[in-house]
Amino acid sequence: MLKLPIYLDNNATTPCDPRVVEAMLPYFTETFGNAASRNHPFGWAAEEAVDFAREQVARLIGADPKEIIFTSGATESDNLALKGVFEMYAAKGNHIITTATEHKAVLDTCRHLEKQGARVTYLGVNSEGLIDLKELEAAITPATIMVAVIYANNEIGVINPMRDISAITRRHGVLLMTDATQAVGKIPVDVNKDGIDLMAFSAHKMYGPKGVGALYVRRKSPRVKVTAQLDGGGHERGMRSGTLNVPGIVGFGKACEICQQEMEEDGKHLQILRDKLEKALLQLEESYLNGAPNQRLPHVSNISFKYVEGEGLLMGFNKSIAISSGSACTSASLEPSYVLKALGLGDDLAHSSLRFGLGRFTTEEQIDYTIQAVTDAVNRLRAISPLWEMFKDGIDLDTIQWAH
Amino acid sequence: MAYSEKVLEHYNNPKNVGSLDKNSKAVGTALVGSPEHGHSDIMRLQIEVNPVTQVITDARFKTFGCGSAIAASSLVTEWLKGKTIHEALRIDNMDIVEELNLPPVKLHCSVLAEEAIKAAVNNYRYKNGLEALVLEEEEEEYEEEEEESESAFH
Ligand SMILES: Cc1ncc(COP(=O)(O)O)c(C=O)c1O
Repeated sequence: MLKLPIYLDNNATTPCDPRVVEAMLPYFTETFGNAASRNHPFGWAAEEAVDFAREQVARLIGADPKEIIFTSGATESDNLALKGVFEMYAAKGNHIITTATEHKAVLDTCRHLEKQGARVTYLGVNSEGLIDLKELEAAITPATIMVAVIYANNEIGVINPMRDISAITRRHGVLLMTDATQAVGKIPVDVNKDGIDLMAFSAHKMYGPKGVGALYVRRKSPRVKVTAQLDGGGHERGMRSGTLNVPGIVGFGKACEICQQEMEEDGKHLQILRDKLEKALLQLEESYLNGAPNQRLPHVSNISFKYVEGEGLLMGFNKSIAISSGSACTSASLEPSYVLKALGLGDDLAHSSLRFGLGRFTTEEQIDYTIQAVTDAVNRLRAISPLWEMFKDGIDLDTIQWAH
Repeated sequence: MAYSEKVLEHYNNPKNVGSLDKNSKAVGTALVGSPEHGHSDIMRLQIEVNPVTQVITDARFKTFGCGSAIAASSLVTEWLKGKTIHEALRIDNMDIVEELNLPPVKLHCSVLAEEAIKAAVNNYRYKNGLEALVLEEEEEEYEEEEEESESAFH
């Protein structure tokens, strides 16, 4: 029996894998020590658990455990990386290069740094969501300290060519930071092969618990340093003070281990289901795929259903299917997704988009149900859409005289 | 955000969806919420008016928008039928907000529905050689709202 509601919002967060929860449980009640308590067995056991998790996390991304700084999540990691590098490398320069399709945790941190004297270049993207590497290279100046490019985008799933990007940053001696929150655990990410110097990621996007994440900080060639943003007891080699979230970190470690073992299987399974969903929905007239079709995460699909509004569409099935929309009918500005706008989508298509995020526990039965429910809702709303009627009557919407 | 029962009811069973003959002299048509003005909703509202009594005999809508915009359109078509065009102009967006329990973030849907009513009435009057009608005490408010919805975009 199909159980409702169906969860297809795995880019927002994922459920904890039961194996993760099981690994965490003893660390709430039995092994509850403070990992910084050096003088008794409770502290030792906690420290040992953290060390073990640090290895699990490091192994998944091809890093050394000493290069992992545990944080409260990707938002904190993005802040620490950007602000920490900006402060630490102030003598070298004040210029940061990033992209228009970053997560708010990067964009708003950059805006903050601009107020502190940073100069930030926001690279645009093409209609598939990809930056122009020549433009990136041309933007580098002697004052450039860091390039920050999202590994895989959270709205459209487009994967940036990190190896080509790091070839450029290496050649110019600038640091490469990436927000890999949506990529780690889903596709192979290797900080050495990819040439990454700093990388933010989060447990709750990969079947681990919420409120824990990591910042990878390269220690060799080059040795990267960041200025701490939280002062206190000097935890995490002085880069992030605060008593470690031992159960969370243990769960994060376990989640990384499972992802490492099952990523390939999961990826294949999810791509088959995603492609089935996508193929069926793209058969609807005037529906458009957003983002580079062949350079995407295997479990994400972002589709615009022209002439219907995304939030209205969601309402047709939001009791039975959990997904999100690029529409912003609720936001104060009424502005739709800035990511889709950066791809050059007009308001009409941006407002009409849905993001499907499949996950480890998604079944074919759920996908079949979703195809039907979304198709029905699109058809029903088009029947009451004035824009659809005009389109069908061959009226060019751009020539309409609007009363206002 | 959860939707109110009344919004859900109109969304699931919208009343008076459709079109009237826009070339008929008895029909006033409004198309409001232009995308260039930052609206995420677009409403087409049509009324059919008895030229002798000025009573609205039929009303139809089609709306591109969220559930609240669809509900607001559906609701006003019900309210309009049987009212004179003068009474119709007295429908205030806050009446719609109250009836549908719209939260503050959805105020814009009710504003658009009110705009649609005014535009439909005046389209009817224009077609019949009458000057545009604006209720005096509401004129100011109406203009203010227009400005707000514009500045929200920029
Ligand atoms: C790309 C990206 N970066 C950062 C974040 C924020 O992560 P967290 O919730 O762990 O702070 C998210 C999640 O919303 C994300 O998708």
